[in-house]
Amino acid sequence: MPDLLSVKNLKIEATSYPPGEPPKTVTLVENVSFDLQKGKVLGLIGESGAGKSTIGLSALAYGRGGAVITGGQVLLNGKDILTLGRDGVRTIRGCKVCYVAQSAAAAFNPAHKLGEQVIEAALRHKIMSRPEAEKRALYLFKVLGLPNPETFGDRYPHQVSGGQLQRAMTAMALCPNPELIVFDEPTTALDVTTQIDVLAAIKHAIEETHTAALYITHDLAVVAQISDDIMVLRHGKTVEYGTTKQIIEAPNQDYTRALVSVRQTKREEARDQSNTLLKIEHVSAGYANGFKVLHDVSMHLPKGQTLAIVGESGSGKSTLARVITGLLPPSDGKITFDGKELPRALSGRTKDELRRVQMIYQMADTAMNPRQTVRDIIGRPISFYYGLHGAKKTERVRQLLDQIEMGDRFLDRYPAELSGGQKQRVAIARALAAKPELILCDEPTSALDPLVAEGILNLLLKLQEETAVSYVFITHDIAIVRAIADSVAVMHRGKLVRFGPKSKVLSPPFDDYTDLLLKSVPEMELGWLERVLTTRRMESAGN
Amino acid sequence: MAGGGPITGPALSTGPAAGGEGLSQSAPVPGALVTPPTGVVTGTFWRRFTLRRPLAALIIQRLGLSVGLLFAVSLMIFGGVEALPGDFATTYLGQSATPQAVENIRKDLGLDKPLTERYLNWLGGAVKGDFGTSWASKNSVSEQIGNRLGNSLFLAFFAALVSVPLAVALGMLAVQYRNRLPDKIINVVSLAAISLPEFFVGYLLILFFAVQLGVATFPATVYDSMGFGERLSAIALPVATLVLVVLAHMMRMTRAAILNVMSSAYVETAELKGLSAFRIIAKHAAPNAVAPVINVIALNLAYLVVGVVVVEVVFVYPGMGQYMVDAVTVRDMPVVQACGLIFAAFYIFLNMAADILAILANPRLRHPR
Repeated sequence: MPDLLSVKNLKIEATSYPPGEPPKTVTLVENVSFDLQKGKVLGLIGESGAGKSTIGLSALAYGRGGAVITGGQVLLNGKDILTLGRDGVRTIRGCKVCYVAQSAAAAFNPAHKLGEQVIEAALRHKIMSRPEAEKRALYLFKVLGLPNPETFGDRYPHQVSGGQLQRAMTAMALCPNPELIVFDEPTTALDVTTQIDVLAAIKHAIEETHTAALYITHDLAVVAQISDDIMVLRHGKTVEYGTTKQIIEAPNQDYTRALVSVRQTKREEARDQSNTLLKIEHVSAGYANGFKVLHDVSMHLPKGQTLAIVGESGSGKSTLARVITGLLPPSDGKITFDGKELPRALSGRTKDELRRVQMIYQMADTAMNPRQTVRDIIGRPISFYYGLHGAKKTERVRQLLDQIEMGDRFLDRYPAELSGGQKQRVAIARALAAKPELILCDEPTSALDPLVAEGILNLLLKLQEETAVSYVFITHDIAIVRAIADSVAVMHRGKLVRFGPKSKVLSPPFDDYTDLLLKSVPEMELGWLERVLTTRRMESAGN
Repeated sequence: MAGGGPITGPALSTGPAAGGEGLSQSAPVPGALVTPPTGVVTGTFWRRFTLRRPLAALIIQRLGLSVGLLFAVSLMIFGGVEALPGDFATTYLGQSATPQAVENIRKDLGLDKPLTERYLNWLGGAVKGDFGTSWASKNSVSEQIGNRLGNSLFLAFFAALVSVPLAVALGMLAVQYRNRLPDKIINVVSLAAISLPEFFVGYLLILFFAVQLGVATFPATVYDSMGFGERLSAIALPVATLVLVVLAHMMRMTRAAILNVMSSAYVETAELKGLSAFRIIAKHAAPNAVAPVINVIALNLAYLVVGVVVVEVVFVYPGMGQYMVDAVTVRDMPVVQACGLIFAAFYIFLNMAADILAILANPRLRHPR
């Protein structure tokens, strides 16, 4: 069978303009080749900066943000689409090749109805008449399992949920009946329980319509469920290219092996339940507009241990962290810290009470002042809480940099000069600088690549051993809970569903929600998706 | 900007822009009244109304704010005029002012009454459209202003008619040729136009078109007896001056607003659908750039009405601005107060209109969940 898409020796470059320096040309992708047959799915996998999105967009002859395809060929049905010219590529885009973006919320135009946007490409390329396109959209809404498919298209993007938007985006890509779809991290921004539905819907729709796909993701477990072949990329180059079975079960390269075995660290939980550090009793909280986010939540955390709070977006887990810090005073209930009740609001707490509870955020980027050096960022709590200045302060900053496994040479760097993992390490050092007893970690690893995230988790565990600090670790990722927690609290829609030691919470009998949550986490195993879906169908048939 | 709440801007997109690897976590944001939560809502009637009909609530809020603001401004104008140094009586009588004569005039004008009583009288009249009698000419202020305001609006209307479409078109042109020669030329010329004060631009135009070329009329005075065509040719130069002054600002903001939208993920989506450049700009970019552009246009329209003072004086044009300047020189307080209040009302009204239009242009508010 002839190849639908054949990419040969692709080279993509971008020119950057650093201030005060001559323009630099950066190679994003080099010497990448692959073939894709009709109806097949190729997974492109790698960490951020691996060039996977850039390669995906080259199938539409598109360069994002100044990226230019400077070498190689992209053959679609044997014809090089790179030589088509401005008007020529328009006959490919939205017609033969369609694109599904990572954030459907941003990729849909807020000003137009979903239905109009879904059928737009099919109409503009004169592939279908309006009634035909509307009929197809309705069919796709049904295939993708969208609620009320008849009226779904009349809604505006902000009126539907993130998971529905992502499915609508898939419908938009499928509508003109393309030969190839590029999926660019279509489920990354979704909760696990939503991800599994979208994943199943995409897989079903691809099979149903015999469309070929390039599936881009950083999550090997996800891509293993959907693709026939996998290409592992790093720094714009091919690391390994083979069938899904071979990559998952018998990887040839060290890097692939690391990706396959990532997140398999598990930690035994501490049994000692005496010596409570943090106690949350019947806490409720809401925002000024009268909307209640937390309902009667109680949990506790012993000294030197880790409490993982797990839940989807909107479950109230970050709100709970805000309540503990005092940023959002609770409307009911009380919080006891080391045997003493904490004042509700931030303004009522003493400097020492503030010092003992520190916080690490999801986005280290936005949590640091971009115009301060690492020395200033870490030094600020040192001078604020301990009044140290000059050489003494620098000495302490050096110690902390040492603790987070970064050296002196980072002292005078700015956040922009650090990688994502390094930034998060600096944020950890800043929290440690106050010598706190409790650190609230709000999804500190969810914006990081798996291998980098694992490094951060190991660092947090090491620091806990060294300093006996306690963590409240907020996450949506069960694998992380397994790796680091002693006790676990499962939250859903502002209520506490389940709380206890890790071994109890994560083993049966389960309540419905925890069961769903645990079963939705993709596993690095072929056929996992089918198995879960089959069990689900059987269960719902049995009920 | 009057009552510029958190809703005036277009930036209501959620989630990170495409390209990032990060997970978006949508925690409820306090103060963002965009999504009415679906939970049980308690509270006052107004709070429930806000959640059920956010659009109507926002518009009512804007209207209320505008009325309140106008009231506050009336207080400030009255207080400010009252606090001005100098006195109509002494100015009017000149050297021959005896204490007795000054006292008589003050009594005639009612200046001996207490401040609050005079304010309430003035405000009560103003609400009904009666601004009292001019001290200098003894004519009804409302009548005189009626004429003058018509002239000023005539000038402002034609300036807007030329400048608004021109600014939007030039802004779009600059976007189309972004960072290329046409864009750079438009930018440099508009920057120069912004930097020159309007009286300077006015005199330059007079020197060039009226004195050297002799193609334009100066002074730009219009009379009741003039026909429509004559009027138009008379106001050509002041209109040109005003256009030059406001054009650059509107053009640059249009350019910035459209560029901002053009770099968004949904425009990339449109591009990856293989749509034509025209359709992308007209159908996908423009509706989302409306709100910021409306704001700038309203601000400049307000400037056209309010800021014409200098231009009217330069061109000897019988509008509100010149009337007000004349009144200030003779301390004719009722006229100054009336002009001030009308200018303020225009400013507030245009800003309110812009706010409401921006709210209406926001699909999230037009179609709540």
